[in-house]
Amino acid sequence: MANTVNQRVVTPEHLLFEAPRTKAFITGSEAASEAVRRANVDIAIAYPITPQSETMERIGNLFAEGYIRDYYRAEDEVGAFSAISGASRTGVRCMTASSGPGLMRGLETIASWPGHRLPLVFLIMCRVINAPLSIQPDNLELDYMLTSGNILLHGENQQDFFDYTLAGFAISEKCEVTLPVAVAVDGFFVTHARAWVEMPSAELKLPPRDCYSEAVPMIDNENPPVRIARDAPIQKSNFISYQMHAAWQQEIHAAHERSRKWVSRYINGLVEVVNPEAETLIVASGSAVSQSREALRQAEEMGKKVGLIKVKSLRPFPTAELRAACRHAKRIIVPEFNCPGWLNREVRATLYGHSEAKIADGPRVYGGITMPTELILEWLFKSE
Amino acid sequence: MALRTLQVSPGFMRFMPKEYQDLVEKGPFGRKLKLSDLGTYKELLEEHPMCEGCAMAFFIRLALTALPAPEHTVILGTAGCGRLSLSQAAIPFVYGNYCDTNGVATGIKRGLALRFPDQPKDVVVMAGDGGLADIGFSQVLHGWFRQEKFTTVMLDNEVYGNTGGQESGMTKRGEVVKMAPVGKKFDKIDMIGLAKTAGVAYIARLTPTNPSRIVSTIRKAVLIAREVGPTYVQAYTSCNIEYAIPPQQVMEDARRVEKERYGFLEVMSEEAKAFLGGGEV
Ligand SMILES: Cc1ncc(C[n+]2csc(CCOP(=O)(O)OP(=O)(O)O)c2C)c(N)n1
Ligand code: SF4
Repeated sequence: MANTVNQRVVTPEHLLFEAPRTKAFITGSEAASEAVRRANVDIAIAYPITPQSETMERIGNLFAEGYIRDYYRAEDEVGAFSAISGASRTGVRCMTASSGPGLMRGLETIASWPGHRLPLVFLIMCRVINAPLSIQPDNLELDYMLTSGNILLHGENQQDFFDYTLAGFAISEKCEVTLPVAVAVDGFFVTHARAWVEMPSAELKLPPRDCYSEAVPMIDNENPPVRIARDAPIQKSNFISYQMHAAWQQEIHAAHERSRKWVSRYINGLVEVVNPEAETLIVASGSAVSQSREALRQAEEMGKKVGLIKVKSLRPFPTAELRAACRHAKRIIVPEFNCPGWLNREVRATLYGHSEAKIADGPRVYGGITMPTELILEWLFKSE
Repeated sequence: MALRTLQVSPGFMRFMPKEYQDLVEKGPFGRKLKLSDLGTYKELLEEHPMCEGCAMAFFIRLALTALPAPEHTVILGTAGCGRLSLSQAAIPFVYGNYCDTNGVATGIKRGLALRFPDQPKDVVVMAGDGGLADIGFSQVLHGWFRQEKFTTVMLDNEVYGNTGGQESGMTKRGEVVKMAPVGKKFDKIDMIGLAKTAGVAYIARLTPTNPSRIVSTIRKAVLIAREVGPTYVQAYTSCNIEYAIPPQQVMEDARRVEKERYGFLEVMSEEAKAFLGGGEV
């Protein structure tokens, strides 16, 4: 259990932005575990599910190598997510990961993390939710995450998976945040495919968790107030308990608002905007961004100007950024890898009353189907 | 020493409620107290909203006095009657979701072991029969198989008390309770047998008839969990509401049940025996 590997502690800013980086041609699973190698993690708890397993296997190897201080394979996702919540309460840095069906199995636990104010990082490698059984990429599970109270970042590629994972720890443990951070990528497209990823030296790591600088006391019998446990149930049926619960929920939302500046700092803005002057816009997150970049290039070859807004953070949602970027838009499409179109719904709700643009209800693929650029182009210019 | 976390700056002490002052000055923290000391010190738990004459409340009171190091103990509970009093005790109490006590306890024990390698921290789960044998079954068993070093105490009232009297896996066969309209169809789950199979270091079954036995059992269970491996205490704590036991007959019922089917039982691993043989408990 001893942390045997000597790494130099540097600030998150140094690790993320200043330290020289070298390139490696690696999978998303490798990128995520390389981030964890540099994250000074105390405990990682694993439960297998495709396409997540490879990452947590690699993180197990990090434990064997001495980069992580404790690790085990749990009985199931509820067990893993519960144990992580216990570990986080004691002030150690911890992480876990899952995919579609596993995430759904543990949803009650996931949705209780924010209420317990538990800093931790939860990696999501998106996968179809049953039934029928499938292991293919489809990010429907993120719809369930949107109202879970977790901060939710959606990475486009292997590089994002590396950077957002590291950023996740830094954001999660900020005093004014003190919330779990979920970092999602689309399964297979990112986890199992290789791409160039730039990484700082593995001799560097994040500072350890500074648990006494967070918003709530630890469960360790060492820091007061000892008598007022964090988890006192507010279950009486009276107006004071209703008020307490309501205030607690409002505080989680307030913490999301306060997290904006940290999310923005550590992942370089909640959005990235390409061709901001274009009147035809794509709004996308995750792998749909990569496909949209390619569609954009093809549209340019056809002599058409198209803009792209990459939504990096789903919670907090980039409300102001999106409204500003879409002010002059005439047409917006929202390509997505899920059937109900959760991003489309978010975009419509955000832009209602703030943009004259026509927002197309698609394009969407799901069940594992890929998103050809032709489909994006067809939707972009459908109305013409 | 974690006791300092209770202490208030001297100048402020007189502004604290009497209850709090008593806890600091006459509480059980950092002291070696015996059952016979009850009444001479400020207990961890005094007021609570559990039903009048509830055997579970009585058991919890005694179990709390048995903790060998309350200043370094974390208690976990869950949905169910027990947490109504546990959450009011002067000890850190964790309440997560219904089912998760033993998973959360695993994380707490491991996290504390990493942060305080030289200071033993005791972790004790106290939850109902439904919470441990039904919805939390998997986490209980797997914690045992993994040999996690914490104590699990089942407050076995043989029914879902808190939700109004439904059948649990620990209800007796044939009992007509809610959701078992024609009587329960299968036996009480043999958690003791399962604990043996899983290699639990110390297993005990008891009723609340004998206070000093409650205290010594809980103390052994906590100390063995600290040093050897998982421990399990299964306590019959009747629900007088759901089984219509008049409060003044609660102990009579416990004595009868103890005689008929809930006799005191203690099972120890060799390692646990050796540990107990080597020191006072
Ligand atoms: C996930 C979930 N399912 C169901 C419940 C409802 N529930 C609350 S307490 C309880 C029964 C408690 O029974 P037991 O664990 O035996 O404890 P007792 O109240 O008898 O002490 C149930 C079913 C819940 N809170 N959460
Ligand atoms: S319902 Fe039963 S177990 Fe619960 S507090 Fe009342 S008597 Fe005790």
